[in-house]
Amino acid sequence: MAESLFLQTVSRLVFPLLFLLSMLLLLQGYDQPGGGFVGGLLGSSAIILQILSFGPLYARRILPIQPHLLVAFGLLFATASGMWSMTNAEAFMTNIWFEQTIPGIKHLGTALLLDGGVYITVIGFTTSIAIFFAEEAENGPEESSEK
Amino acid sequence: MSNHLFLPILTLLLGSTLATILGRWRRVARGIVLLAISANFLYSSWLGNLIFVSKERQFVRVGTLIAPYGISFIADELSATMLFMTTFLTLLVVIFSFLTSIITEQIEDFFFYPLVLLILLGATGVFLTGDLFNLYVWFEVLLVSSFGLLTLGRKQIQLEGGLKFVELNLIGSALLLVGCGLIYGLVGTLNIGQITQRFQNLNSGLLTVLATLFLVAFSIKAAIFPTYFWLPASYHTPPSVVTALFAGILTKVGMYVFYRVFSLIFYINLVDKLTILLLILACLTMIVGIIGAIAQVSLRRMLSFHIICQTGYILSGLGLANEAGLAAGLFFMLHTMLVKTALLVIGGIAEASFGTDELKKMGGLAAREPLLATFWFLAMLSLAGFPPFSGFIGKLVLLKATLSAKQYLVAGVMAGVSLGTLFSLLKIWNEVFWKTLPKDEPEPAPIKPYTLIPAAILVGSSLLLGLGASVVLASNTLAAKQALDSIGYLSTVLPDSPKK
Amino acid sequence: MILLLSLVAGCLFAGATYFLLRRNIMRLLLGLILLNHGANIVILVMSRLERKLPPFLSPGQIDPSKFIDPLPQALILNAIVINFGLIAFTLALAYRTHLALGCENLDTMLATEQLLDE
Repeated sequence: MAESLFLQTVSRLVFPLLFLLSMLLLLQGYDQPGGGFVGGLLGSSAIILQILSFGPLYARRILPIQPHLLVAFGLLFATASGMWSMTNAEAFMTNIWFEQTIPGIKHLGTALLLDGGVYITVIGFTTSIAIFFAEEAENGPEESSEK
Repeated sequence: MSNHLFLPILTLLLGSTLATILGRWRRVARGIVLLAISANFLYSSWLGNLIFVSKERQFVRVGTLIAPYGISFIADELSATMLFMTTFLTLLVVIFSFLTSIITEQIEDFFFYPLVLLILLGATGVFLTGDLFNLYVWFEVLLVSSFGLLTLGRKQIQLEGGLKFVELNLIGSALLLVGCGLIYGLVGTLNIGQITQRFQNLNSGLLTVLATLFLVAFSIKAAIFPTYFWLPASYHTPPSVVTALFAGILTKVGMYVFYRVFSLIFYINLVDKLTILLLILACLTMIVGIIGAIAQVSLRRMLSFHIICQTGYILSGLGLANEAGLAAGLFFMLHTMLVKTALLVIGGIAEASFGTDELKKMGGLAAREPLLATFWFLAMLSLAGFPPFSGFIGKLVLLKATLSAKQYLVAGVMAGVSLGTLFSLLKIWNEVFWKTLPKDEPEPAPIKPYTLIPAAILVGSSLLLGLGASVVLASNTLAAKQALDSIGYLSTVLPDSPKK
Repeated sequence: MILLLSLVAGCLFAGATYFLLRRNIMRLLLGLILLNHGANIVILVMSRLERKLPPFLSPGQIDPSKFIDPLPQALILNAIVINFGLIAFTLALAYRTHLALGCENLDTMLATEQLLDE
């Protein structure tokens, strides 16, 4: 892949901005436009930009764990947050509001945790597919073993 | 409200995510998988017993949204029976894959066990949900995981089969989605109970369109006559353990939604038109399936065509549109799930031993492995319908229901196809077990006796199902009664709604 | 507006059918994508497109008849999410198949239909 100085500089600058924006979308998702899926897509677009400008290896390095493990962790997180309400003998996925309010988000509940799980899952899934295609394009089909 | 209906779904979700995260330690991951499925097996037997004894549906809402907006989970005898059988088969198939080395460590690292849990999760969701759109979502869970299982190993033939499977099933899903949209526009709800209520006095041309959309969508999922092409194109490509799993789950989930949605929703207004259509489709499916099976020359392709053929029998039970027919169809479905998985498990052992599933290159297994041959022979007798196995009772009650509904042609087709089934199974028996091994073929590898345990359990359960048929049939009659009783279904979902 | 959107849905379904009947793997994928878009638009049309407020409750506005029904939009969002995942998976599968096959013609994909493995 041809390395472009412009693309690399811009994507370095834009990367934190995109991530902040995706976090904003995630946090305001409960009663305003946004949510885990849209936020996750925006977040993974930040990573895809890194793949485009620096190659898939770099993207693997900046991710804390393997992308397919992110999918599993996200699902686990979402399920666990839905089960929280079952400890109070209420139905699965009943939202519980927390007492404290955090400035900027106003109210905080388990629905946000569920959205967070979705966010992580979407990032993991989209990134692993994008890395699959980038590695296939870079190395040819034989060397890339993972999907 | 019965909160316990969430348990199977939560166990499977937690199990599959944990098995993925801990996949590096294979023993731990396998332990988690076995634990999750066994827990679900115990739960589903408890649930089945609870509903059978109390004769009441179990119901729970997700979250705090009330019925038409939120999702509700509902279990009646039909869903509990299917849940029990599916979990039982998955448990046996997973034990089978532990005992043999068909699933190599390399394949296991492509998330084999988490995908098995996910496919069971999709099936469980379909069985328990009381919401049409949620049904679509669970179907997609089922499909995604079956795509993953089909392409395990990434051989070219698997990729081709997978693409054909994906294409047709995605078209089916899109049609299902359009159907959901049309129903929402027509009656303003997607809760199955409320749909039945609002369909009572509805007279709209859209109903026929809807029934057709759902018929085509479910036909694709269940491999009914004109849309079954994905099944013989893909079932013989993955490792044989996966085929055994698919035989027990995939098309049967499609048949379950036929039983659930058609008997509850579309039989209200369109019963006359649908009955004749379903019976014609059932007959064609049986005939085409058996002709396809006889024409094949390899073990697994033959058995895949048998799956199509048996689906026709199950559909004809629904097509009779009365309690006896549905109960007989359900009994036959349980029987065919057991026996088909048994045949594919035994076939998988034979295939692993010979290294091929071409009938021409196999032979002499009866003298070499008498135990395996016995199990095959018994399973074959059961599928062909000999007493005292479940196949005999299954065909008997189905024929009885067909004759008492005066569908003599359908009964004739059933009897004829039954002969064809026996013929094609005897062909496998002759080629694989009876004839001597062709001279230039390599000797088959010896079979370890302990790998036969799942097959023995499956054949034994088929025998038990035949001997204890009166109990199972009582449960199936209750299931059929509940499946056709839309008013009872509605009053479970919305206890305070006006009863009509 | 309903008429226009119905026409759009019809065109999408027609285009999807056309693409699905081609012999090219990429066209097949395009057909599936169009089919799903058509299905989403059908859901939108069936929710009767009224000019109302978006379904976000804010203090002071509690009359439910002023807001549009959020359920079809939730359904569409769900369907988009699911289809996104499925299409991404199918794309990867089609790409692999294309590499293994060496060409894009679906008519050459015969390995699963032959009576015996070669």
